[in-house]
Amino acid sequence: MTHSEIDAQAGPVQVRGTVLTVRRVDAYYAMTLVAPAVAARFKPGQFVTLAVGGPDTSMLLSRAFSIHDVRPDHGGTVEFVFAVNGRGTQWLAERRARDVLDVTGPLGKAFPLPRDPANCLLIGGGYGSAPLFSLAGKLKERHCQVDFLLGAGSGDRVFGALTARRTGRTAIITTEDGSLGTRGVVTDMLDQAIHDGRTDVIYACGPMPMLRQITVLARRYDIPVQAAVEEAMACGIGVCMTCVLPVIGSDGITRMSRACVDGPVFRGESVRWDEVGTIPFDAFGAPGWEPRSRRAAELRNGHGRGGDIRVGSPGAGGAELSGQPDRGRADGGEPDGGHADRGRLESDDQPEGSRAARGHAARGRAERASAERAGAERAGADRAGADRAGADRGGAAGGGAAGRHGHGR
Amino acid sequence: MAVDLRAKLGHIELPNPIMTASGCAGAGRELAQFIDVSKIGAIVTKSVMLNPRSGRPTPRMAETPSGMLNSIGLQGPGVDAFLQRDLPWLLSRGARAVVSIAGGTVAEYADLAGRLSDAAGVTAIEVNISCPNVEHRGQVFACNPDSSAAVIEAVRARARYDIPVFAKLSPDVTDIVTIAKACVSAGADGLSMINTLLGMVIDTDTMRPHLAGLTGGLSGPAIRPIAVRCIWQVREALPGVPIIGMGGVRTGRDALELILAGASMVSVGTTIFHDPSACSRILHELEEELIARGVDRLADVVGLAHQPPAVTARTLNPSSRVSPSARVRRI
Repeated sequence: MTHSEIDAQAGPVQVRGTVLTVRRVDAYYAMTLVAPAVAARFKPGQFVTLAVGGPDTSMLLSRAFSIHDVRPDHGGTVEFVFAVNGRGTQWLAERRARDVLDVTGPLGKAFPLPRDPANCLLIGGGYGSAPLFSLAGKLKERHCQVDFLLGAGSGDRVFGALTARRTGRTAIITTEDGSLGTRGVVTDMLDQAIHDGRTDVIYACGPMPMLRQITVLARRYDIPVQAAVEEAMACGIGVCMTCVLPVIGSDGITRMSRACVDGPVFRGESVRWDEVGTIPFDAFGAPGWEPRSRRAAELRNGHGRGGDIRVGSPGAGGAELSGQPDRGRADGGEPDGGHADRGRLESDDQPEGSRAARGHAARGRAERASAERAGAERAGADRAGADRAGADRGGAAGGGAAGRHGHGR
Repeated sequence: MAVDLRAKLGHIELPNPIMTASGCAGAGRELAQFIDVSKIGAIVTKSVMLNPRSGRPTPRMAETPSGMLNSIGLQGPGVDAFLQRDLPWLLSRGARAVVSIAGGTVAEYADLAGRLSDAAGVTAIEVNISCPNVEHRGQVFACNPDSSAAVIEAVRARARYDIPVFAKLSPDVTDIVTIAKACVSAGADGLSMINTLLGMVIDTDTMRPHLAGLTGGLSGPAIRPIAVRCIWQVREALPGVPIIGMGGVRTGRDALELILAGASMVSVGTTIFHDPSACSRILHELEEELIARGVDRLADVVGLAHQPPAVTARTLNPSSRVSPSARVRRI
């Protein structure tokens, strides 16, 4: 996170929020708080944290909930959805109108929005669908088509099925017990949803395995995925370091990134889903990681270790420096390169100029390269050799292209 | 009436005694969204290591009654990034930077002390010899007086003479006074206590340990009585050595308790996780508590609980709103 991002005026605030309503919504609760300062700063995808249990609480950790909606009434209200699955959420469910809560937000990065009208597929698992409806509103303002694909274990656990059907161009509902919509899980219906909706961009929020599955399937169609992750958090503001997951950065290096401030919305392809819950061997600061300077020195001296996956790490040396001939630059270096005509995303979460064209271009290339990393199954010596060559001449084209083809679309 | 809250960190004077606890405030940047980091006594940084470190796998955290376990494993970008990015930022905001350092070997600690001394603007160094989330579980430097002394001696030798060096101690020892004495003999200008206690939670649904790292450090109000005891014992044995007290401080009253036990400064940690502005709130509450007791100088109450009742009574202004007996009730 850069200085300008965190110092931005639109940063979070800690306020006393007054409970307006707490209501049952099927298997969940929805709480509306009067918190004008939070509402004013909100962008879809962001979340709030709440202190639970009152001033003498024995529960010390903040509870984080993605914001479902904000409304202008009472100066500004914030609504979020939660399930009771512990003492903290039980306490929240017992709050009544006019109770006062300590609330901090809005926190985290918002969903980036397409620059031009696009067909957007919004996928939610359980009450992970909560943040998708305000997103749908924003997308429609930009003349995007919105399709919903919502799923859960049972009908009462699909949050917002009715709203989805009312507001979406289409809405597919899946339940594992078949009590609502199609029997199955959302990923069973993903192919159909993409075909029917001619999807350009996928937005998803839900459990990790679902997000992983969606990312894998979407890659087949070369559709970008913006995934809002659910990670256990203690603080929500970036200081406790508990909500980390392995994310490949714009420089091709995997870092244990904080879901609360670096996310919760990540590009699907940048998350190493299979390694969530672990420290990948080659992550920044992990045993297998080696400083770039040392690697560069090895390469200079011609002692690069062929076949070593670390040498083959995409973007390690040269990804920032040159484009990929196979993709061209028709996409203007957008993060979602290759979607020049559809689904280009911009994040209005970012302050002007903080990620200038260079940043975008670098990110686009490196993220493409990083996507290939997984696809290429770390293809051994050929791949590493190609990358090394690329690094030497200041370009990752070799490794990138090899990876992309290696993925076998 | 304004209370004189100035506190001494070794020979360095701080405007007030409230600081962040290492590992609970990053390098201050995130908190700056909620509080003015220059208004609290100092920002104690998350422990800085020589090289980048990815930490331990998730889950890294478990909530426990009035506490939490963490098993972060010192994730951080290393000292280069700290010096390049974080320290200049802290200084630009007018904050005082107490830099916590951690290492696997004595040489690493010494290198870190050297690097920090070369950079301008480090107010003090807190030597974390007691993080429980490292390889030799529980067997940290701070468990042994000789290894503690070795680290402190090396750091003191490399740190610039005018940068105070504080040793952060673990309560997971038989006799914390022995360790404290060893550190002070080795050149520590002061002591920080307490680090977290080693704990464990088992998930009774999965029937497996909850934390990926199996064990974690226990913090929060659950450990406050242990902090008070440790500070008391060390203050009793080494009355002239400044102490940074930490362990479960949630309110100004809690801070005062540690100060009465002998802490000159108080760090606020886990409470920040559910109240990002806790440091400035606690500072304000501490001032109120002192005013309520008719105390006009913080220094007057540091270690006051060690004094005989007659002295305590004299310090408590008779016209104050809280009588000595009332204090008992408030606990």
